[in-house]
Amino acid sequence: MKIEALDIRKYFGPVRANDGITLTVEPGSIHGLLGENGAGKTTLMKILTGFISADGGETRLDGRPVRFASPAESIRHGIGMLHQEPLDFPPLKVLDNLLLAFEDRLIPGRQQVRRVLEELCRRFNFSIDPDARVNTLTVGERQQLEILRLLALGAEVIILDEPTTGISAPQKVLLFATLRRLAKEEGKSVIFVSHKLEEVEELCDRVTVLRQGKVTGHIEAPFRAEQLVQLMFGQSLLRSDRSRVPLGEPALELQDVTVQTYRLTVSHMSLAVRAGEVIGLAGLEGSGQRLMLRACAGLQRPSSGRVRLQGDDFTRRSYRDFLAAGVAYLPAGRIEEGLIRGLTLTEHYVLTQRGHQPLFIDWVGAAEGMQHKIAEFNIRGQSGTPVEALSGGNQQRALLSLLPPVLKVLAMEHPTRGLDIESAMWVWEQLLERRKSGTAILFISADLDELMEHSDRIIVFSGGVMASPIDAAATSIEELGYLIGGVRDNS
Amino acid sequence: MLQRLSNLTLGLVPVVLALLFTTVILIIVGAPPGEAYRNILQGALESPDKWASVVTAMVPLLLCSAGLLVTFAAGLWNIGVEGQIVAGALLATWLALNLTLPPILFIPLLLVAGLIGGALWGLLAGLLRVYGGVHEIFGGVGLNFIAIVLTNYLIFGPWKPADGATMSGTDPFPPAAWLPRLGDLPVYPTAVVLALAAVALMYFALRGTTWGLKLKAIGKNQRSAFLMGIPTSRYMLGAFLVCGALAGLAGSIQAIGVRQRLIPGVSGGYGFLALLVVLLAGYRPLWVIPIALFFAAVGVGSPRLELSMQLDSALGGTLEGIIVLFVLLAQGVKRKA
Ligand SMILES: Nc1ncnc2c1ncn2[C@@H]1O[C@H](COP(=O)(O)OP(=O)(O)OP(=O)(O)O)[C@@H](O)[C@H]1O
Ligand SMILES: [Mg+2]
Repeated sequence: MKIEALDIRKYFGPVRANDGITLTVEPGSIHGLLGENGAGKTTLMKILTGFISADGGETRLDGRPVRFASPAESIRHGIGMLHQEPLDFPPLKVLDNLLLAFEDRLIPGRQQVRRVLEELCRRFNFSIDPDARVNTLTVGERQQLEILRLLALGAEVIILDEPTTGISAPQKVLLFATLRRLAKEEGKSVIFVSHKLEEVEELCDRVTVLRQGKVTGHIEAPFRAEQLVQLMFGQSLLRSDRSRVPLGEPALELQDVTVQTYRLTVSHMSLAVRAGEVIGLAGLEGSGQRLMLRACAGLQRPSSGRVRLQGDDFTRRSYRDFLAAGVAYLPAGRIEEGLIRGLTLTEHYVLTQRGHQPLFIDWVGAAEGMQHKIAEFNIRGQSGTPVEALSGGNQQRALLSLLPPVLKVLAMEHPTRGLDIESAMWVWEQLLERRKSGTAILFISADLDELMEHSDRIIVFSGGVMASPIDAAATSIEELGYLIGGVRDNS
Repeated sequence: MLQRLSNLTLGLVPVVLALLFTTVILIIVGAPPGEAYRNILQGALESPDKWASVVTAMVPLLLCSAGLLVTFAAGLWNIGVEGQIVAGALLATWLALNLTLPPILFIPLLLVAGLIGGALWGLLAGLLRVYGGVHEIFGGVGLNFIAIVLTNYLIFGPWKPADGATMSGTDPFPPAAWLPRLGDLPVYPTAVVLALAAVALMYFALRGTTWGLKLKAIGKNQRSAFLMGIPTSRYMLGAFLVCGALAGLAGSIQAIGVRQRLIPGVSGGYGFLALLVVLLAGYRPLWVIPIALFFAAVGVGSPRLELSMQLDSALGGTLEGIIVLFVLLAQGVKRKA
């Protein structure tokens, strides 16, 4: 199906999220949509799928004007979307989740749905257990399930909003193979939203670049990276060299720590992280790195062993004691567990002030304080903006801006997930700057480049086993990839 | 401006719809609607006595609503507010029946007893929720039931009047425990001042203090709030405590003011009605006052229907309920649009 967007406009107050965007996606092709954080990519896709309505412009399917009042209506016309923030999945079985999708169509029993599912899995080399519970699936598997669901509903146009964030390398390979197959062999139209140049170069036939709500170019493959960067940012980027800082005393020590949850046990972890050191945690999702990170921040109590902060035993201390001792934790789900939907940036500013908080809020002072942060961290938004109105990248900037100025230990899940290159570089500059004041950094990432580039040492997790740290300077991406995927390839 | 206007009409439409709906019901039961509404109005406003009764009925509504604003801010459905009224009344009654003090000491003591009794009952719901994992709606329903059963046991057991127990409650309290009236009118200035002060206090606390902001943060996203370092359990318990205290104060005012004794249904359904008031107000403190006034007026005026038109006085309650439903419906529709 051919899908056309003509002069689409969407304004949020003063923000021109989409400012006259025109684009055509041909059937049987993979069309990339590239743009920095806040460029308006998600907004455009939400308009095409009826999540939000445009202020102006027209959508056409195979030449016919259409207007969708809801996502359900758009999927009935054959347009399906995989969202940037995974929508909530109730803890149902895979099969029931699919059954729900058919609620308003008279597809009969579970057996038939099971057959459809197995058939689709075979076709695309997916391995999803129909009887597994959805909340036990990895992000990559949920994504596969979503794709199957859309196909089962008869989607002809499939939109993926930054689908590669949070999935493993082999899952990504499989995803790309699937998308190629959908476009080339089954004639579907695929819209691939991303801000990662390599992915777009690898996958897409054609790309449209957005910048501040406007189209800056339509280009056919093969692409030239500099040209794309130029269109995305209006300038070329320079990589800054990573400076070395002298390491200090151990800021955080794990001594033979074991953490246990009903799903996974990670045992006998020992590690000393020195002030100013950066430790990267690698591994397929659910391999134990998150449990380790949470134990370091006081969010997961060890069942044995000791956790020390600057020599003091913190094993039995509460999360709030960790905070008071200068530990900060940045979760992966920004809007789920980092920020608070419905509160403004200023309100977040007030809430995150550490130390003594006066009973009465000085709103004027707080708005000014937030205004400074907005300028300093280059957040696209005002102090009175509710956080859910920020784009994904700007939400991350907001979270970073709210961290206290001096920290002993900074523990982060996916610090640059969803950020464009420029923002990611900038974020790391800020983070690495903190090393100078003696902050030890631990971070989880699925991006091997990021791990290699910013870590002093990398620790690979696999099936609940923590390997001993390796020196980032003494390893290569290939080796790292092998260590991560080598033990068990569960794509 | 246009936004403002459309918000206003959106607020009015459900009220108009609810009136239409009730009118249809009246027509169906064969009663002239105009006369029914006039009767309610007259019943509420015809004499200074009635005016006074309306204000007195507002007092527990305002106190409970002020408390519920706090629990709602923290995302908690404190259905137990009804039992918290009763608990306040019980503690006040126990002291009123067993002590003799001059009024200047006695009355403040009994009011404080109400605060404490309600706070404890609220804390219980909070502990069940925070440490027992019992949802506050279920905990509240259970505790409401226990409070009522306990009241009946006390009235028909330990606290029964010398000449035998009846549904009309305990013996009257000694006059030193009576909340002073305004002359001959059935209205209690102390209570009115306390109730208005409670609403004002919550208005400022929720918009201007870190305490209120933290409660809101917890109500909107408990996980994020916790990760930000807000002691969520403590704040949630605090919310129950504050709401319980205000409800308990209302209970003690009902006992030592309006009734001057403990009666079986001392809470009078004001807790549940206050839930409706706060929902209708959309959790906005200042809106609570006119809405409570309206509810109180309908409550005081409705019995007239029975006297002069042989209609059931429950019609007033029906009208209130229907308005709330229509308002919630309008909000739901607006959210979906
Ligand atoms: N509901 C909303 N209310 C107000 N502003 C919004 C809303 N949704 C998006 N915006 C603004 O519109 C602009 C475009 O946002 P959009 O989410 O489309 O960006 P994006 O290209 O998907 O960015 P990212 O790569 O960070 O996900 C941003 O400046 C954002 O703050
Ligand atoms: Mg986006």
